[in-house]
Amino acid sequence: MYGIVEKEQLAPNVIHFKIEAPAVARKARPGQFVILRADEKGERIPMSLAGWDPARGTIDITFLVVGTSTRKLSLLNPGEGVLNVAGPFGRPTEVEHYGEVVCAAGCFGVGAMLPVAAALKEKGNRVVAVMEGRSKAFLFWEDRLRAVSDELVVATGDGSLGRKGWANDVIVDLVNAGRRIDRVIAVGCTFMMMECSKATRAHGIPTVVSLTPIMVDGTGMCGCCRVQVGGQTRFACVDGPEFDGHQVDWDLLISKQKSYLDEELRSLNLWERANWHKLMAR
Amino acid sequence: MKGMAADKENGLAEGKETKKKKVVRYERVPMPKQEPEVRRHNFNEVAFGYTEELARDEADRCLQCKKRPCTEGCPVNVDIPEFIAAVKEGRFEEAVRILKRKNSLPGICGRVCPQEVQCESRCTLGKKGTPVAIGRLERFCADWALANRDRVESVEKAPPTGKRVAVVGSGPAGLTAASDLALLGHHVTIFEALHAAGGVLVYGIPEFRLPKHIVQAEVEYVKSLGVELVLDFVVGRAATVDELLAEYDAVFLGTGAGLPMFLNIPGENLNGIYSANEFLTRVNLMKAYLFPEYDTPVKVGRRVAVIGGGNVAMDASRCALRLGAEEVYIVYRRSRAEMPARLEEVENAEEEGVHFRFLTNPVRFIGDERDWVKAMECIEMELGEPDASGRRRPVPKPGSEFVMEVDTVIVSLGTTPNPLIAQTTPGLETTRRGTLVADEATGKTTKKRVWAGGDIVTGAATVISAMGAGRRASRSIDAFLRGLEDF
Repeated sequence: MYGIVEKEQLAPNVIHFKIEAPAVARKARPGQFVILRADEKGERIPMSLAGWDPARGTIDITFLVVGTSTRKLSLLNPGEGVLNVAGPFGRPTEVEHYGEVVCAAGCFGVGAMLPVAAALKEKGNRVVAVMEGRSKAFLFWEDRLRAVSDELVVATGDGSLGRKGWANDVIVDLVNAGRRIDRVIAVGCTFMMMECSKATRAHGIPTVVSLTPIMVDGTGMCGCCRVQVGGQTRFACVDGPEFDGHQVDWDLLISKQKSYLDEELRSLNLWERANWHKLMAR
Repeated sequence: MKGMAADKENGLAEGKETKKKKVVRYERVPMPKQEPEVRRHNFNEVAFGYTEELARDEADRCLQCKKRPCTEGCPVNVDIPEFIAAVKEGRFEEAVRILKRKNSLPGICGRVCPQEVQCESRCTLGKKGTPVAIGRLERFCADWALANRDRVESVEKAPPTGKRVAVVGSGPAGLTAASDLALLGHHVTIFEALHAAGGVLVYGIPEFRLPKHIVQAEVEYVKSLGVELVLDFVVGRAATVDELLAEYDAVFLGTGAGLPMFLNIPGENLNGIYSANEFLTRVNLMKAYLFPEYDTPVKVGRRVAVIGGGNVAMDASRCALRLGAEEVYIVYRRSRAEMPARLEEVENAEEEGVHFRFLTNPVRFIGDERDWVKAMECIEMELGEPDASGRRRPVPKPGSEFVMEVDTVIVSLGTTPNPLIAQTTPGLETTRRGTLVADEATGKTTKKRVWAGGDIVTGAATVISAMGAGRRASRSIDAFLRGLEDF
């Protein structure tokens, strides 16, 4: 059991947990992820690391509640625990001195972007953080992202805060304004990362995306997370999670992420019928 | 004639023990099984196992020959005639004690060892009839021990040596090495990456062949010897081998061969195409056959093709049937004779209704508009000259392409070792196939104080050969820790 020490609802359906996982905290690097399992019947779910504290032995995750597994997780409280936490998995983000780097974060990806942006800034890059959300209510941790960047640009789909539009629109703005961009890193939902990659492609800006396909074990054993990158089959868990956004077969990835949609809906529906009282108690 | 001579050689015909000449029984006592029509719809264990009466009856067939050829066929040298004699006389506690002297995991071996090419292949009775059902008797003893835990006395442990050993991986090699080392008085910690111990025994082999409560019981037994088990711990990530060496006197690597191989043909990443590892991990480890009670789903369509001819392919095809597939095909590029799967598993699959397409190889997968596999183009093969494995090499017949309609494909071509440990451990040499270089007799790797055994050294093989490697390494580790042997 891995104890939950802090919990915070950051935005509608976005939760932050601080969890005791000393073995992971000791070794974690930016861009890596953990695999969690809420309880005995739960799925193994990959989650990007949003932070870690080797001294306290804790890790941070931010996640979107979408299906049964994340709903179950979201109902856990400090004092309770997650049954399994393993990691850190995946190759860490490549952190070099690139110059001007745009760190585009969408939705729950803001959490995972924090350590990445911090490492890039520490390496001497000028970090332009871009944050997108459907609406103002869906944005969180602007202060934290601002703290690890040189500039923060906010975009919302409905224009309730910052520019009306999305992270890819902000990237186009920057290019149009004649700003030099040496590299883009995008972390968020698959659609957002695809749009950012499309935006930078025409301008030849190297773009790294952090893919989150469905995984089972996370150690390279099953191949469930295989993605097609530059015509090659790669395992997101061990070869990634970060890949060249211009080389990813996005259509295939998006269709793969939907491959269990029927089962997910059925599972969630049944779970909610059996556990509606838990949802009420929130 | 040959058989008669062998009987004499073994002193059988003399009948020393009883005055009456012993009647040799050439047919083994059948083991009750679920009927194929019933079992293809459930995940319960196929074979029920012998009752006490059946076990004693089968044990009575053993000739107790002097040469004991069976023991030489056993990779861990179980004292087979002794334990069978104890079963015959109804001294089951004694039988269990004899078994556990050499084999910490009898419940597992009794179920999944390929006895027909090991102990049973050497049995004197096999020369004229069917060999003694050694595996079934082993399983009987293990199940009896589980049901009568209080009556089985614990095995004697050597006094503590104060030495510490880290075992990486809790599959058959790791569990065997750990239990042996614990019995020899060393403090052992097992590090397991997954959330459950057992390795391939929990993620790979299906419930109907090896019930998970049996694995759980064997793991509990290993823990009862004082072995510490750390789950969710990925060596190579959470700690390197060098970091383990700083805290432990020796390290044993038994991380198996976990990386699935694919065909590398067009369309292989379509939806509905699984590696056997993914399919079986979902079903066995994550219990997708109990979805939605358990959260992990697995999708099986109407027509399933399993590519490959090994035991894993048999397991996958039989799981697919049980999950509701209407037709399941094993598609194998060689012929029946070259199939690496155990005969018993092939027969079980056939009885349950799995179809076999021999001398057939997929060349590409065809998807629908939603990127789901809907068909598989195959080519017919014929057998040419023998290749490096000694089996005749399959060669495509030009112009023989045809299309098979399938909506689920399970690729079961074998596995290679996970490169994580080799990549993160300086000084550990690997072969071209990605396996670790290790001495066969001792398990010593090219890195000081590091031993390895099981699939990580041999490539995908059997449970018992991994256990044998774990046993040999534990002897070498023990000798090193006692200062009797250099590294």
